[in-house]
Amino acid sequence: MAELTYRNAVAYGIAQEMRRDPSLVMLGEDIAGAGGVFKTTVGLVDEFGPDRIRDTPISEQAILGAAMGAAMTGIPVIAEIMFSDFIAVCFDLLANEIAKSRYMTGGQVTIPIVVRTANGGGSRFGAQHSQSVENWVMMIPGLKVVAPSTPLDVVGLLAASIRDPDPVVFLEHKSLMADKQDVPDGEILDKLGAARVVREGTDCTIAALALMVPRALEAADRLEDQGISAEVIDVRTLVPLDTQTILGSVSKTSRLFTVEENPRLCGWGAEIASIVADEAFWDLDGPVVRITTPHIPLPAAEALEDMAIPSVDRITETVTKRMG
Amino acid sequence: MSTQTRDEGLYDYALREPRLPAPENRENDNIGIPIEARLEMYEMQQLLRQFEKRAYDMFLQNLVKGTSHLSLGQEAVATGFGRVMRPDDFTFATYRGHAHTLSRGADPGAVLAELLGRENGILKGKGGSMHLTSVEHGMMGSYAIIGAHLTIANGAAWSARMRGTDQVAVCFFGDGTTNIGAFHEALNLAAIWDLPVVFVCENNLWMEYTPIDLITAVANPAADRASAYGLEGIVVDGNDADAVYQVATQAIGRARRGEGPSLIEAQTYREQGHSRADPAKYRPPAEVQAWKERDPIPMYHERLLRLGVPEGDLSTIQQDVARRVDEATEFAKGGAVPGEQHLLTDVWADGGSAWRN
Ligand SMILES: Cc1ncc(C[n+]2csc(CCOP(=O)(O)OP(=O)(O)O)c2C)c(N)n1
Repeated sequence: MAELTYRNAVAYGIAQEMRRDPSLVMLGEDIAGAGGVFKTTVGLVDEFGPDRIRDTPISEQAILGAAMGAAMTGIPVIAEIMFSDFIAVCFDLLANEIAKSRYMTGGQVTIPIVVRTANGGGSRFGAQHSQSVENWVMMIPGLKVVAPSTPLDVVGLLAASIRDPDPVVFLEHKSLMADKQDVPDGEILDKLGAARVVREGTDCTIAALALMVPRALEAADRLEDQGISAEVIDVRTLVPLDTQTILGSVSKTSRLFTVEENPRLCGWGAEIASIVADEAFWDLDGPVVRITTPHIPLPAAEALEDMAIPSVDRITETVTKRMG
Repeated sequence: MSTQTRDEGLYDYALREPRLPAPENRENDNIGIPIEARLEMYEMQQLLRQFEKRAYDMFLQNLVKGTSHLSLGQEAVATGFGRVMRPDDFTFATYRGHAHTLSRGADPGAVLAELLGRENGILKGKGGSMHLTSVEHGMMGSYAIIGAHLTIANGAAWSARMRGTDQVAVCFFGDGTTNIGAFHEALNLAAIWDLPVVFVCENNLWMEYTPIDLITAVANPAADRASAYGLEGIVVDGNDADAVYQVATQAIGRARRGEGPSLIEAQTYREQGHSRADPAKYRPPAEVQAWKERDPIPMYHERLLRLGVPEGDLSTIQQDVARRVDEATEFAKGGAVPGEQHLLTDVWADGGSAWRN
């Protein structure tokens, strides 16, 4: 048993997998000497050396291209894109090349890549360093998308992502980096495509992701005081999406709320709302309600950013109001 | 080369001064290439030429669907490199990739069937002309978004080194590609990591419909950029398979010995339009004419005659190739239209496309 921060869990998970698979390599900006701008890769170059932990120039296309070329010729690769906002700079590689090559070649190539990136707001960095881009990547056929909310999930889901033969985008939340949790000794391996009920309840279901999970849990505590029993689901992986856990919960509670950090349009919750409307309509006692960041670029000022991203207050108030 | 400057405002490019090819270098008769290798390169150029002419005919008959980009006139580049590459080396090409796929040994029937969108196509009909790939032949893909594949070729070269092999990655692209950021990112990374990769710019003087010199800061779009990455600027006659063979031997040899990347600019000409039935009327007629007179295949034919190969041997090769292309055509036309069972496969490594449970 060791206590890990979310931040340290990243290096812990990578180290576990690099010890297991000597062919696994990682590349990215400032990851080796500096240990990552979020200090998520500290110590890795000392253990695995600069050939396996490679610093790159500021060349996001070259980073993902090198990852893809290596992966399709037999070397599994972890690529770090420093901030998820920068995915826009190398979106061609991710959306057109990495995601589609297996299909386009009739299954001739396998691309075992994990693209790790720091996602989400709360750091007062403004609109180009704070975005929640899960919907950017979720909409591309051929990409798996993972967004852990706890240190243990960071390790277990990172290991599962690395062992997955398909390309995975792994979203590490900037505002969860300092969170702590005990993790068991020995190998930690989770699986993709499994949501988790993190709090049981009977009156409504709240589906949340990453930073929104602890906020949904705190809101559920407050709702309990008001006599509302909320079940909270940590969605954990957007692709593959564990719709059964969500549908099962909705069949029990008859109400669904999603809590999404992404801007409103085409957020992951819209897909879940659509699935529930389509397949569990008769289980519902009221509308599916999405709680999201408004459809705006994220502002930098502390006060404004806090107003934008769903807060415990907003989640609690929205659920109370819409359940009333 | 044209004397017009970028801002003269002449937009009917057909009226520009023609950009003429350098004269053939007869000295290249004496490059030390065994005659068997030369005969193979003659045969390959014949195959590429006859195959693409057939593909074009089938396009006009509405049998080849979608788009296709032919390399007619550029065959010597794929041929020279293809002859030098080892079976385990990696090719990365663009949407103009028929020649680069065939030159690695992929089956012409399966390639043509792909152009027809048939189940017996090399990609089961899922990729089409612009994405030809044959991993078993080291042909790692044809990429249709300008620039990306230079960075991917780096990855294959990096992997070769990590796996302890001496494989080399060769990446082909057009002159227009030298103006996109990925080109520069890829060259820099290849240089700093000393990767075993050879970048080959096929400078056919035209981007799509715009003359490359009008939109590029330097006269040689690839070679003049090489020094920015600490590389030698190499220009080769891309219409002479022997000259290409020679630079390919040097560059691939360097890469294989661990001496790092190369950037080569092969000067050539696209004898037809950019894609599909583009009649390419935007080009000065005298330019098209001059380059057709420098067509790589008749030139190579003449060289082989000068080197003492009997005309009869060459016509036998031509006829054999014609037969293969006819067989490929029959194979392709005989393929089934892909069934629904193929639609939802090959997204994931498990063979399927499920995104939810
Ligand atoms: C990023 C991107 N921009 C534009 C295009 C459209 N396009 C396709 S081919 C082409 C011309 C490329 O010219 P060049 O690199 O010289 O290659 P060539 O076609 O002559 O072989 C363009 C602009 C594209 N495919 N990708």
